[in-house]
Amino acid sequence: MPASPAKGRTEKPELLLRLLGVTKRYPQPDAYDILVLEDITLDIWSGQFVALLGPSGSGKSTLLRIVTGLAQPSYGTVLYRGRPVAGPNPHAAMVFQTFALYPWLTVQQNVEIGLLAKGVPAAQRRAKARELISLIGLDGYEDALPKELSGGMRQRVGFARALAVDPELLCMDEPFSALDFLTAENLRSELLDLWIERRIPTRAILMVTHGIEEAVFMADRIIILSKNPARVIADLAIPLPYPRNRKAPEFLHWVDQVYQIVTGVEEPAQPTVEELIQPGPAGAKLAPIPAGHPPMLAGLLELVVDRGGRDDLYRLGAELLLEVDDLLPVTDAAELLGLALVEQGDLIVTPLGQRFVAASPAERRAIIRERLLDIPLFRLIHRVLHSKANHRMGRDFFLDVLEGHFSPAEAERQLDVAINWGRWADLFHYDPDSEQLYLAEDQTGPA
Amino acid sequence: MNSAESVKTPVADVLVGALVLALFSLLLAWATRGPHYAAGTGTIRLAWSALPQDAAYSWLRMAAAYLLSLGFSLVYAYLAAFNARWERILIPILDILQSIPVLSFLPVVLEAFIALVPGSRLGVNLASILLIFTGQVWNMVFACYHSFITVPRDLEELARSLNLSAWQRFRLLELPYAMVGLVYNSMMSWAGGWFFLMACEMFSLGNRNYQLEGLGSFLQTAANRGDWGAEGAGLVTLVAMIVAMDQVIWRPLLAWADKFKVEGWQAEGAGAHSAILRLLRRSRLLAWAGHHLWQPLGEALDQGWARAGRTARAIPGVGAVLGLVRALVVAGLFYSLFAALKDAAHLLAAVPAAAWGTVLAATAATLGRVAAALAISAAWTVPVGVWVGLHRQWSARLTPISQIAASVPATALFPGLVALLIHLRGGLAVASVLLMVLGTQWYILFNVIAGATAIPEDLREATHLFGLKGILLWRTLILPAIFPYLVTGLVTAAGGAWNASIVAEYVSFQGHVYTVFGVGALIAESSAAAHYPLLLAATATLALTVVGINRLVWRRLYQKASQRYTLS
Repeated sequence: MPASPAKGRTEKPELLLRLLGVTKRYPQPDAYDILVLEDITLDIWSGQFVALLGPSGSGKSTLLRIVTGLAQPSYGTVLYRGRPVAGPNPHAAMVFQTFALYPWLTVQQNVEIGLLAKGVPAAQRRAKARELISLIGLDGYEDALPKELSGGMRQRVGFARALAVDPELLCMDEPFSALDFLTAENLRSELLDLWIERRIPTRAILMVTHGIEEAVFMADRIIILSKNPARVIADLAIPLPYPRNRKAPEFLHWVDQVYQIVTGVEEPAQPTVEELIQPGPAGAKLAPIPAGHPPMLAGLLELVVDRGGRDDLYRLGAELLLEVDDLLPVTDAAELLGLALVEQGDLIVTPLGQRFVAASPAERRAIIRERLLDIPLFRLIHRVLHSKANHRMGRDFFLDVLEGHFSPAEAERQLDVAINWGRWADLFHYDPDSEQLYLAEDQTGPA
Repeated sequence: MNSAESVKTPVADVLVGALVLALFSLLLAWATRGPHYAAGTGTIRLAWSALPQDAAYSWLRMAAAYLLSLGFSLVYAYLAAFNARWERILIPILDILQSIPVLSFLPVVLEAFIALVPGSRLGVNLASILLIFTGQVWNMVFACYHSFITVPRDLEELARSLNLSAWQRFRLLELPYAMVGLVYNSMMSWAGGWFFLMACEMFSLGNRNYQLEGLGSFLQTAANRGDWGAEGAGLVTLVAMIVAMDQVIWRPLLAWADKFKVEGWQAEGAGAHSAILRLLRRSRLLAWAGHHLWQPLGEALDQGWARAGRTARAIPGVGAVLGLVRALVVAGLFYSLFAALKDAAHLLAAVPAAAWGTVLAATAATLGRVAAALAISAAWTVPVGVWVGLHRQWSARLTPISQIAASVPATALFPGLVALLIHLRGGLAVASVLLMVLGTQWYILFNVIAGATAIPEDLREATHLFGLKGILLWRTLILPAIFPYLVTGLVTAAGGAWNASIVAEYVSFQGHVYTVFGVGALIAESSAAAHYPLLLAATATLALTVVGINRLVWRRLYQKASQRYTLS
C-alpha cells in the first residue's frame, strides 16, 4: 500500500481545471438578485482528491454543476485543460447523491448509458460495462433492475456508470450521504483503494460534502466554502498518509482544525428594520435565521451546562450522532440569541444561557421572546402586527419583504422558521388557513 | 378534463381562443366551397352474422384513431414541454380544444375530408376516425406534457452530463418516464372512444345522412327500429370486446408499465400481474425478435439521428434554409389567422341577437344538468367508495367487477333508458341527466376508493381509539382525507358530463328525434342541420363556459386540496 498520494502518483501534476472569478447569481424579477457563488478562483491538478466542504445551501452543488458544464456561471471563466467549458464537459463524469439511476433500465444498461451517448458499438459497450460492474463488485447483478438493489449497491452502479466513460475528473455530489453509516464507510474505503492503487484511469476527484470527517478521511485537499454567498474561506492540504485512521491523534487534530474554521465564520452584521424594508441591490442584506428547533436548542444547552458550561463541538456532534450540518443551525441559533458562543470549536454557554437553562418553561419563553425582538425580522413582524388595528397581517406581506433578501424558496423557508420561533416564544400566532400572522389578546400589550 | 396545470394568463387564453375559433371557421369555409358529394350511405344490416364484421370495423377505426392520438400526443406534448415559446401557445389551445364536444368538430372534419377524397367512402371513414380522435386525444396530450415537465431533475442532469442526444434522451428518459401515465390515459381514451362511437359512426349533415358499417351504427340502427334483440346482441358484442381488450391488451400493458414507476422505489402493494405478459416475456420468438430486430433498430436509429444531426450541421446554409422555412410558416400562420378571424366574425355576425339569448339560456340549462349529474354521482359514490376503500378484503373483490361495469359505454344503454322514460313527462330531461351520471360516476367512484384506501392505518386506529363515530368521523378524518381525490374525480367527471351533453340532450329513437333544451342539443341540432353560425356560437359559448369554470372553480379547489389536505 502506498504511504502517501505523492508517492502513489509519481507523474508530474498537470493543471486540469481552473476556475477564475466564478460567480453565480440568480436574477429575480424585482432586480434583487440572489448571489449564490461569489468570486471563486481555484485550480485543480491531476493527482488530487479535493473535497469541497460547506454548510448545506452554500452553493457547493451549484459549483459542481458549473464544473461539469451542467450550469453556466454568471461571471467568470471555467477552463478545462486551458479551454473554456461550454456545455457538458466530456472529460468529467458525475456521481449523484440520489444515485440518478434510470429505474426502467437494468444495471448493465444503466452502466452502458454514457457509452451509448458516445456512439460506442454494442459489443464494446457490453464488454466495458461488464468490466466495470465486476470492478465495482456487482458481478451477477447485470440484469437486475435498480429497485431490486439496496442503496449501497445502487450507488455502486452510479460509480460504475461514471467510470465507464473513463473520466479524467470524477465529480461526486455528496455520494455517501443517502447511505446508512456502515454501507457508506465500506463504499468509501473501496473507492479510496481504487483511487490510491490507480485501478481507475481517473486523474482527479472533486467531491462535494458537508461531512467534515468524511472530507478529512478521504481527501488530500479540502476547500472550505462560506454560506450566503459561497466564497472560498480556506484551502487546506491534508498531508495524512493513506489509509487513514479515524482514531489517530493527527486525524482528530485535522478534524478539529476544520471544525474551527467551519464554525468560526463570522455572520455579517444585521441591518436595521428601515434597511430591511427598503433593500436596494447595494443595501444591507438580511442574515438568514438559523433553522434550529427550539427544543433541540434547549436540550443542547442543558447538556453543555451539565458539563461545566463548555464543550468541544466536534465531540458533542459525534456523541449526539449529529452531522455538523444538523448541529450548526442549533449553535448558530444559540449564538444569534446570545445564549452561547462558539470559540475555537468549543461551545460556551453565556450567563444568559445559564439563566435560560435554569428557568421554567414560561420564563424560557420570555427570555427568547425578549431576545427575538433584537432580530430585525422579528422586530418588523412585531411592529407591523402592533400597528394594525386588527393585529393581523397576511403571510404574503412578509414574504415580499424577505424576497428582497432571499430566493423565493429560501424566503418561504425563512418565514416558516420565523413563524416556528415566534410561536414557540409566544410572540405571535399564525393561522395556516387564512395564512395570516396575528396577535392574540394577551400578546397585544407593549413589548 | 384535466385542469391541474399551471395558471396561465387569461389574455393568452382569449387570444388563443379567438385563434382556435377562427381556424375552425376557416376550415369550414374552405371545405364548404368544395364540390358537394352525394350522400354515400352504407346500409346497416341488423343480422347477427354482421356483428363480427361490424365489430372489427369499429375496432379498426378506433385503433387508427388511437395511433393517431398517440403520435399527436407525443409530438404536441414534446413541443409544449421543451420549447417555452410553443408552450405559451399550445397549452391554452389544448385547454380550449378539450372543452369542445366531438360533434362540433363534425361539420369541419366531414366537409374537409369529403372535399379531399370526393366520391368515395374513404372520406367519410377518415372523418369518422378523426372524430374519434378528437374524443380521445386531449387527456393523452395532457398526461404526456405533465410527465415531460416533471422528469426528475437528477435523471435529467445525468442525461445532460453524459451528453445524450435529444433522441436518446427521449428514448431512454422522457418516453419511459411518461409511460405509466400514457398507459392509464390510453385506457381512458379508449373508454371515451366507445362512449362516442355511435355519434362517430352515424351522423347527418344538412339533408345528408352518413352511416358507416360498424358496431356504433348497428346499435343506433337497432334502437331506431326498436329491434331489441339486435340491440341486446350488439351490446353483448360490445361488452365482450371491451372485456377481451382489457384482458389481452390493458392488463399486460399495465403490468409491463410497472417497471417505469419511479417514485418510492419500493413496490407499493402487490403490483399488477398478468399471465399473458408472463407468457410473452418467456416467448422465445419474441426474445429472438428483441435481440435481432428491436436492438439493431435502436442502434441504427441512434446512429442515424446522430449522423443526420452532424450532416445537417456540416452543410452550410441549412440554418438559413430552416430560418426561411420558419419565416414562411409564421407568415402563413399570420395570414390564415387574419383570414380566419374575418370568417369567424362573418359567421358570428349572422347570429341574431335573439339566438345569442337562446344560446346563453341553453348553456345555463346544461350547466344545471351537469351540476345535478355530479351531485347525484357524488351522493352515491362517496359513501360506497369510502366503504369499499376502507374494507380492503372487499375492495380486492369488487374492483374488477366495477371496472367491467365502468367500461360499458353508457351511450349503448341509453336507448333502453330512453324507451323506459320517453313517455313520462320530462322523461328525456331525466334520461339525459341519468346518461351523464352513468357516463361519469365511475371517475368519482374510483378516485374516492383510491382516496379511502390511502388513509394511513395509524390515523384510522387513532380515530378508532378516540371513539370518533358518525358525522364527527366523516368531518375529522374521511372527508379531509379523500378531498383531493374527490376533487380530481369531480373535475374529470364534470369534463365528461359537458361532453356527454351532446348525446344526452339530443336522441334519435324509433325514427323520431327527441331533444331537451340545452347547449348540447343546440350543438347537435345545428350540426345536423348544417347551421354553422349557430354551431359556432354555441360551441364558443360552451368552450368559454367550461374553461371559465375550470379556471374559477376547479383549479382553486384543486390548489386548496393539494396544499391543505394532502396526506404525506
